[in-house]
Amino acid sequence: MFKFDKLAFGDLGWGDELLFATLMTITVSILSMGLGLCLAIITVWAKLITNRITRFIANFYTTVVRGVPELLVIYLIFFGGNSVVMGVAKIFGYNKYIELNALTIGTIAIAFISATYSSEVIRAAYLAVNKGQIEAAKAIGLSKIQIFLRVMGPQIIRHALPGIGNVWQITLKDTSLISVTGLVEIMRQTRIASNVEHSPLTFLVTAAFLYLFLTTFSGKLFKVLETNYSKGYN
Amino acid sequence: MQNFLSYLNEFLLFRNFLEVISGLDNTLLLLIISLPLGFVLSLVFALGRVSKNKFISKPIATYIFIIRGTPLLVQIYLIYFGLGSVEFIRESFIWYLLREPFWCGVLALTINTVAYGSEIFRGGIQSITKGQIESGLSLGFNKIMLLRKIIFPIALRKVLPSYGNELILMVKATSLVSLTTYMEMTGIARKIMAKTFAPVEAFIAAGILYLFLNFLMVQFVKYLEWKYNPHLRVKQN
Repeated sequence: MFKFDKLAFGDLGWGDELLFATLMTITVSILSMGLGLCLAIITVWAKLITNRITRFIANFYTTVVRGVPELLVIYLIFFGGNSVVMGVAKIFGYNKYIELNALTIGTIAIAFISATYSSEVIRAAYLAVNKGQIEAAKAIGLSKIQIFLRVMGPQIIRHALPGIGNVWQITLKDTSLISVTGLVEIMRQTRIASNVEHSPLTFLVTAAFLYLFLTTFSGKLFKVLETNYSKGYN
Repeated sequence: MQNFLSYLNEFLLFRNFLEVISGLDNTLLLLIISLPLGFVLSLVFALGRVSKNKFISKPIATYIFIIRGTPLLVQIYLIYFGLGSVEFIRESFIWYLLREPFWCGVLALTINTVAYGSEIFRGGIQSITKGQIESGLSLGFNKIMLLRKIIFPIALRKVLPSYGNELILMVKATSLVSLTTYMEMTGIARKIMAKTFAPVEAFIAAGILYLFLNFLMVQFVKYLEWKYNPHLRVKQN
């Protein structure tokens, strides 16, 4: 039933392939989390400035992406993304065929999804910082950039970290969906291996344990970060 | 009118829309079975999780930890492909259910939502102050009365918003069952894409339907919140 020998490293087993697949999962998660955070900051900025159009666009984006299954978003970006990129390239006078690789597409798709969740977290964190602090910072003559870097930024990070930890877990688990694009991460490698060896249970249980390890380990890491960032508070 | 309809039929998005709607019943079927089942089991598991008996609470805590730490896709595949490869399951009567992608989907979705739901309900149950339970006991309630009259009503209305979130996640999660050849809305959208080579139209048609389903779900949860939290209603006069 459970064949341990199939998990050996080297030519006989799938151990090394699964290890590389795990590294790929981590890479995609980190890349899309980073890209998602950048997107989220833009979204939050668009929601908080007093401009109706940007606010509408940002709200529309978060509502739609959160209301639609992740798999559908990935399909849409995977199958439809190429034509969009080629359309944009055509505007700039580039007419050759462009094909984005699975890593790029997967990262962008997951980032799009994770940004909607992180934007809510960051927005809440921003609103949680006392407005009096901005006034105090202005009173002692800090510039806008200084206010952001020295007063608002660190506090936003502190308030947002627990939520960002949750989003990270969601993002990590969502990367299993980009196996449908053919990117060889844990899930894809598992399917390939179980098809070759005719023993799906072995590899699926292994995949479950790999994900469990990743989520637990990164959860611990976030706990350490959280205690580090709230040093002065408890 | 006839002209208008024939014009609409030329419109790819509209035709896709009609085709994707034919998968709506399959999506709803998944939800109609797994959501109520998940709700009841979540309550039971939440009670087990807060139980003082370690032999009940520890296994449930482990179960919740494992399910919340792995992607739903792994769980669906484990049930659909993994269980099917085990000899004694293939020979037992469960196989009549598990060979259908539909029942595998229902099982996976239920297992998944119970793990998340029982954590949510646990929060609600633990937020009940001791005084409320003591006042129930002083009125002579037995355990079942205590659950029915005090613990569940207070806990449930407190966790309604977060359980509503979980319900929306479940609507979205049904799309993953399409990867086990079950033809619900995402599966049909995928088929349309393979047929027409127009991915954007196919997936947008499905996306609109999912948005609509989630909109209904949000309204339903809002209604429940309005109904069961009368003290929080904004007075209109």
